Amino acid sequence: MSAVVLHAQGLSKRFGATRALDGASLCLRAGEIHALMGQNGAGKSTLIKLLTGVERPDAGSVTLDGRVIAPATPLEAQHEGISTVYQEVNLCPNLSIAENLFAGRYPRRFGLIDWKRVRREARALLAELHLDLDVDMPLSSCPVAIQQMVAIARALGVSAKVLVLDEPTSSLDEGEVRELFAVMRRLRERGMAILFVTHFLDQVYEVSDRITVLRNGALVGEYLPSELPQAALVRAMVGREVELAGGRDAAAPAPVDAPVVVEARGLGRRGSLHPVDLQLRAGEVLALGGLLGAGRTELARLLFGLDRAGSGELRVDGVPVELHHPADAVARGLALCPEERKTEGIVAGLSVRENIILALQARRGWLRALSRATQVKLADQYVALLGIRTADIETPVGALSGGNQQKVVLARWLATQPKLLILDEPTRGIDVAAKQEIMAEVLRLAREGMAVLFISAEIEELPRLGDRIAVLRERRLAGELPGGSDGDQVLELIAGQG
Amino acid sequence: MQDMAADTSRPSILRRAFGHPLAWPLLALALLLVANCVFNPGFLALEWRDGRLYGNLVDIANRAAPLILVSLGMTLVIAVRGLDISVGAVLAIAATVAAWTITRMTAGGATGLGPLFAAIAAALAAATLCGLWNGLLVVKVGMQPIIATLILMVAGRGVAQLVSDGQILTIYYAPYAFLGGGFLLGLPFALFVVAAVFVVLKLLLDRTALGLFVRAIGHNPLAAHVAGVRARAITLSLYVFSGFCAGLAGLLVSSNVASADANNAGQLLELDAILAVALGGSALTGGRFSLAGSLVGALIIQALTTTIYAIGVPPQVNLVVKALLVLAVLLLQTPEFRARLRALVTRPLRGGA
Repeated sequence: MSAVVLHAQGLSKRFGATRALDGASLCLRAGEIHALMGQNGAGKSTLIKLLTGVERPDAGSVTLDGRVIAPATPLEAQHEGISTVYQEVNLCPNLSIAENLFAGRYPRRFGLIDWKRVRREARALLAELHLDLDVDMPLSSCPVAIQQMVAIARALGVSAKVLVLDEPTSSLDEGEVRELFAVMRRLRERGMAILFVTHFLDQVYEVSDRITVLRNGALVGEYLPSELPQAALVRAMVGREVELAGGRDAAAPAPVDAPVVVEARGLGRRGSLHPVDLQLRAGEVLALGGLLGAGRTELARLLFGLDRAGSGELRVDGVPVELHHPADAVARGLALCPEERKTEGIVAGLSVRENIILALQARRGWLRALSRATQVKLADQYVALLGIRTADIETPVGALSGGNQQKVVLARWLATQPKLLILDEPTRGIDVAAKQEIMAEVLRLAREGMAVLFISAEIEELPRLGDRIAVLRERRLAGELPGGSDGDQVLELIAGQG
Repeated sequence: MQDMAADTSRPSILRRAFGHPLAWPLLALALLLVANCVFNPGFLALEWRDGRLYGNLVDIANRAAPLILVSLGMTLVIAVRGLDISVGAVLAIAATVAAWTITRMTAGGATGLGPLFAAIAAALAAATLCGLWNGLLVVKVGMQPIIATLILMVAGRGVAQLVSDGQILTIYYAPYAFLGGGFLLGLPFALFVVAAVFVVLKLLLDRTALGLFVRAIGHNPLAAHVAGVRARAITLSLYVFSGFCAGLAGLLVSSNVASADANNAGQLLELDAILAVALGGSALTGGRFSLAGSLVGALIIQALTTTIYAIGVPPQVNLVVKALLVLAVLLLQTPEFRARLRALVTRPLRGGA
């Protein structure tokens, strides 16, 4: 066993009345990829914040190479050798790759920045990750995956001993994930300790050497992947048995003769989606799959009026409609849980109650305000129905954990009692239990007559949850499969083989 | 010792009172008024004479009326992440349009109240159009609010000069003086204008869903849009309303001085209005806003101006003094600064005990 690099012991942290972390411990060794697992609210983010100097612990200690450290700022943590790459890349999109790599620590010559050296060293740094990029390119013109690599390269550049990767894979497609894992393995060989936070269970087994599980702010245990099968890992995270399979109720298939609620005929938009034909029946779940960039989100945006369709026709209940604005879609009983929860979903500054009633109120118009009593009733009802964990309904949504924020967005749409609910990656970045709860509720509502378009990047979710599976490839509809199809079949259709 | 004993029983009520967002602006206003008493013991006195209420407090409220109106419009524009720096110029346009209308109509032989109502209608229509122009630039063209309204801030004075033909228009028409100088039920008429706008606005925002939508747009415009809120239409109408408020202010100002000066009417008013919004505790980043706060903020600014004249600050430094006082008021309102102040005050006390 290699040497312990970082040892955190008995870390505790309170935020107001919430005990975010309660005596948690973590032990990182040189040259290992260490997965940090736990549900939303288990304390992963808090632990990372304490390690990287974003917050200071109320109790407990952190030792790095046998020396006690107490970083007060992320910069101090960086100087100590702890670098972090966050889920949302925290670089400057309008600066070039080279500038991003050296911002704040430019090599200087005669007091001026030595740009030649900046470029040369930037290229060298990227070469270590086997990346061949134009370092003068603005970061914003690179895909997210590359931006993440640049963030990692920056961490390398400050000669980090410990690299913290906070959900790096949540916005990457499979190829990009593979590339990232290759980079992580190379860094491991150089003796770096990598703390890897993710919600994807299979990725944990693919890449990590050790797993630490947190629950309710405390350490559950440290495991080797080989001694902890997936079901046991989930049990450790959740603290109770969850049914991993579940999903579609095969005994009660959706009626094939149910009325068509929404129909797209040749719906498309230049540069974003080739014309698509699609039918959604009442009470059915249509699972929509495809690789990143295959046009999944684009289709959702067209159906909801977020983008104007360039061609084709959309019918709701058989009547052709033109959607100029999401408000038009909402008025016709459509609902969309967007992919970007933070920017397009929640209104962080508003309370849980206000977030839940927002879409319903928007549909009623500004003149017909819902009474306070009705608002409270609706909010209470959906908080209970979806098991939203919040101090009370007047808490700002921004204070909730990711999974609970997603439930609030879902509640907002369920309150409008939509005919069609479009879920664009509703389970991304949220924990297993919340995922199960959300999908169980959606399936139940589908059985009561709501049509659901369920968009997911996780291939095994598609046949499990969909009555039918539609697959997009290269911005056009590649085909359809019946629900319960074999995962490999779906994969073939998505990847375009065979 | 007695003070200390009394202190222990007080905090809960005090703390709750100071937890209210309006507490600090109101305290600042009260301090300013009390400070004036030091220089002029009769400062707070009110007197009922000839069926009218007289006193410094009435004066401050009356003089603050135009700024309050403009600040109310500004509050809502800022609440949806916007900014309207054209309000001073729009005020000048409204003032000159009113004066021009009256001059033309009285020159044509019109008498009675006809010119008064025509002037009000023309001025408010012009100001509302200005607001519409700003709103269209921001919402339809997609310009940055500060740039979009900068255009009218600069060009507006030119438009006002075109209307006034480069002259200061003097109004020789008695009924018009009532708006900015008349009394109703013993109080200045301008206060009734302010009260009416404030109450209507408060009802619109609290009793309809408009307040919720404005806050949703201010906190997260994209999420509000996706939720079906007609964010662009609402934003546009708030710019229109800001123009309308500047128009009302223009009527009050031009009526008060019985003239319209295209160059100087409402000069730097936009900055005072933004300041009033900030003093009132609204977030300049949008989302969180307080109409009552802005009203108090505008009163603070007017009380400051009055104070500076009352204590006889030499005119050449009075802007500096005003800036320092504003800084003090703003600092008092930041929780971080108060915490430091508290630490400074409480430490010696504990040492002494």
